[in-house]
Formats: sequence, structure tokens, C-alpha cells
Amino acid sequence: MSLIIDSLAKRFGTFAALNGASLTAPQGAFVALLGPSGSGKTTLLRILGGLEAADQGTVRFADMNWLDMPARERKAGFVFQHYALFRHMNVARNIAFGLEVRPRRQRPSRADIKARVHELLSLMQLEGLGDRYPSQLSGGQRQRVALARALAIEPRMLLLDEPFGALDAKVRKELRIWLRHIHDKAGVTTIFVTHDQDEAFAVADLVAVMNVGRIEQMGTPQDVRRDPRTKFVSEFLSI
Amino acid sequence: MKKFRSATDDPPLLRLALGTIAILFIALFLILPLLVVFSEALAKGLGPVFAAIVDSDSLAAIKLSLLAAAIAVPLNTVFGIAAAWAIVKFDFPGKAILVTLIDLPFSVSPVVAGLIYVLVFGRQGWFGPWLTDHNIHILFALPGIVLATMFVTFPFVARELIPLMTDQGREEEEAALSLGASGFATFCRVTLPNIKWGLLYGVLLCNARALGEFGAVSVVSGHIRGQTNTMPLHVELLYNNYDYVGAFSVAALLALLALLTLALKSFLEWRYADELAAAHRH
Repeated sequence: MSLIIDSLAKRFGTFAALNGASLTAPQGAFVALLGPSGSGKTTLLRILGGLEAADQGTVRFADMNWLDMPARERKAGFVFQHYALFRHMNVARNIAFGLEVRPRRQRPSRADIKARVHELLSLMQLEGLGDRYPSQLSGGQRQRVALARALAIEPRMLLLDEPFGALDAKVRKELRIWLRHIHDKAGVTTIFVTHDQDEAFAVADLVAVMNVGRIEQMGTPQDVRRDPRTKFVSEFLSI
Repeated sequence: MKKFRSATDDPPLLRLALGTIAILFIALFLILPLLVVFSEALAKGLGPVFAAIVDSDSLAAIKLSLLAAAIAVPLNTVFGIAAAWAIVKFDFPGKAILVTLIDLPFSVSPVVAGLIYVLVFGRQGWFGPWLTDHNIHILFALPGIVLATMFVTFPFVARELIPLMTDQGREEEEAALSLGASGFATFCRVTLPNIKWGLLYGVLLCNARALGEFGAVSVVSGHIRGQTNTMPLHVELLYNNYDYVGAFSVAALLALLALLTLALKSFLEWRYADELAAAHRH
């Protein structure tokens, strides 16, 4: 019941974004993908989310051939750096979206959707903001809405692409503590992309350091910090 | 004390001169002709104007113009959305060529556009003999007029949508996909609401041009009075027959339709600027 990523490769034209990336993490883990820009961490995340197709490699997750499933059936909650909220819908409709687009037979009743939205709003400390539009919210609030929207579908996996990259330092710190709290409560396997090592080491159970399309080293924050196994990792961490 | 001027302010005299030139130019070349159209039409009072418009040939021309626009505009709307969607949301070989081709009707003279259809569907054209054998009329009939109108108004919707959709990016669609929405649901619930004002604006421009198109339609219509004459062609016919009141009356009606479109467009621009600004605050 774990996540096993095996030798993923992906090219964009002549640029090899992923070059045999492999990692293993237990179900329910909180994994940070850490690396400089261009190291392939976002590409790896997008492949897991089904937004990009891998050229080679396999992913097994919860005993499924993850990459064989179409994106819309994976139930991978994706959180984007720039929120990607539906700008013409209010907060409540944004959060309800994933439930409302389900086929009729799997769709919860209107009352159930409403209750779920209400529950998520209070979990995200967004009470009373359900009628607001994304443009009327602060960056931190928007990202909490995006997270609520991703959690509404009861995702099998939560994928976050530099979710706090556009926020100021204080809000970043608050949100990452709070994200960890949400993860522990929901118990969903979470992959978190960041180039900020403090952030990675502060929230994750496991940190995977990426460089030129591969995982250079993976381990607990303490292990990676104490014992960097390649020159790149020790240099990257000493910045 | 010395008065300070902002660095981007021009000297007052220059501003006055440029402003006067602009206003004179607009008055002379845009407003005056429009006034002349209305005053010529009304030269003998309202009665003759009304008579000229309810004349059976004029009514037939109005009906034909509206019908051609009613067919061409929805078809070009569907095409425009499809083309903009494909160009913005996907990468494929030949994309740059498609973008250039969409602009073709803007650069080709409408007369040439009309002649292309004569070449293809005319009696001596490629499909001419086959069409004659099967008793299908394209030239000098409604299908030809619709085709010519479509060719000329082809780029309006797509041109309006491509920059707008490029600006909005793909992220909202990706979010919808990851939340389990089908392609169709994503289009209806996410893409379409985001482009609705731009789309309406493009459709209005397309419609204005469809009603007013002269050159391309002139080549394929055959000018059969009361049958294949559209409004602009009917104006020309009346004018050539020295029926000035008639010609200017129908022209005034066309101008009124254009002004109505302009008013609607301004209203939409005002609405749509608001929404675009909101979108940019993201």
C-alpha cells in the first residue's frame, strides 16, 4: 500500500526534465520534493497528477498502476502555486466543484455537498467567506480555498506545487504548520514541491532532493541534513 | 513660484493642436458622412423613408441580410471557439500556420474571396458541372451568399478569443480536470464562463460585418432584385437607379444597425473591462 515511483523519464523537445526519477514512500507519508528550478520536481508532480504523460517509467500506488488511470479518475487533489481558483465562482462553488461534476450516480445530494463545503470552510478557517469571489480574498485565503477544493473530492493523493511560493514569509510559516496539521488529520499521502529547504525540512516526513531530473537523495529531514550523500546535496543544503 | 509640470505632460499648445486635429478629423470623416446619410434619407420627410423600407424588394433584402447573418454568425462562433481553444490549450505542429490562416480573410480583398467561390462552385468551376447535374444552387443563391459572408467574417470571434484565452492560461482547466471534470464539463463550467464577455464582443463584431459585407457577396449574389440582393447590394442598386431617398433610407437603416452594435459593444467593453480587471487581480 505504498507509493513506488520507478525510473520516470520525460522530455520536452531536447530538454530532459526527468531522467530516471525513482522513489518509494509509505502510504500516508508527507514527502517534500526539494531542488533548484529546472530539477524536474514540478514535472514529477504533474505526471503524478495526470497533467503530463511520462515517456517512460511506472508508478504504483495503493496497488494500482497509477499512470494507466486517466487523470480525472485518479482523485489526485492538485494545488497550484497561483491557486487556479475558478474566478467566476464564489468560494463555496469552487470547493463544491469536484463533487458537482461527478456522474449523477456518484454525486452526493445537494444537502450533502452543502454540508461538506461547510465542514471544509470551518476546517480551513474560512467561515463566512463562502459567498466571496477569489478576487476578494488575500493570497493566503485563496490558497486555503484551493486546498479545501482539493480535499473536497477526498483525494487518494494530495499534490502541492510550490503552494506557498507566492505568499509572504509570515503567511508561509503559518500555512505550512497548518498544512501539516491538515495532513495528519486527513492521513492522505502528500507530495509537496518546494525550492525552500527550511520549508521542506519543517513540514515533511521524507525529503527527496532532486537534481537534473533525478532524485539525488531521499530520507528523513534529520538523515539528509546530517549525512548528505552527494556533493550536490551538501552544496545545495549549505546555501 | 514656478509651476511644475509632470514629465509626461506635453506643452499645452501642442495638446490643444493635437486635440483639435483629432476632433476635426473624426468630425469630417466619420460623423459628417453619417449625418449626411440620415439627412439625405429624411430630405422629403419621414413618409418616403418608411415607404422605401416597406417596399417589397427592400424587405426582401433586409430579410436576406438577416438570414445570411443568422446562419454565418453562429457557424463562425462555433468555429472561432474551436480554433481558439485548440490554439491556446494544445501544442501541435502547424499551430503557427493555423494562426496565420485565420487572419487570411483580413488581408485578402473581399472581391477575391467572392471570386474564389465562383472558381469553385461556378458553372465553369471545379464542382460546377456536378452541381448543375444535381440541381444544387450555390452561386447566385443563399448558400453562396452565406459562404462569402462566412469567409469574410471568419476571423472575428477567434481573433477576439485567442489573446483573452492565452492571457487566462490553462491552469483553471487543469484544476477542473484534476477534480474529476470531463472535457465537456470543463468547457461548459470553466472555459465558457471565463470568456463569455469577450465572446459576445466578438460575435457582435462578426454580426456587424456580416450585415454590412458588400464586396464578396456582390460577386456571388448575382444581384437578382428581391431574391439575392442583400441590404448593402440593394442600396447600391437603388442609388444607381437615381432613387436617392430609397438608397439613403436603406443605408440609414444599415447605419442604425451599426450604431446599435456600437452601443452594445461599448456597453460590453465597459462590463468586460471590469471582469478582466478582476481576473488580473489574481
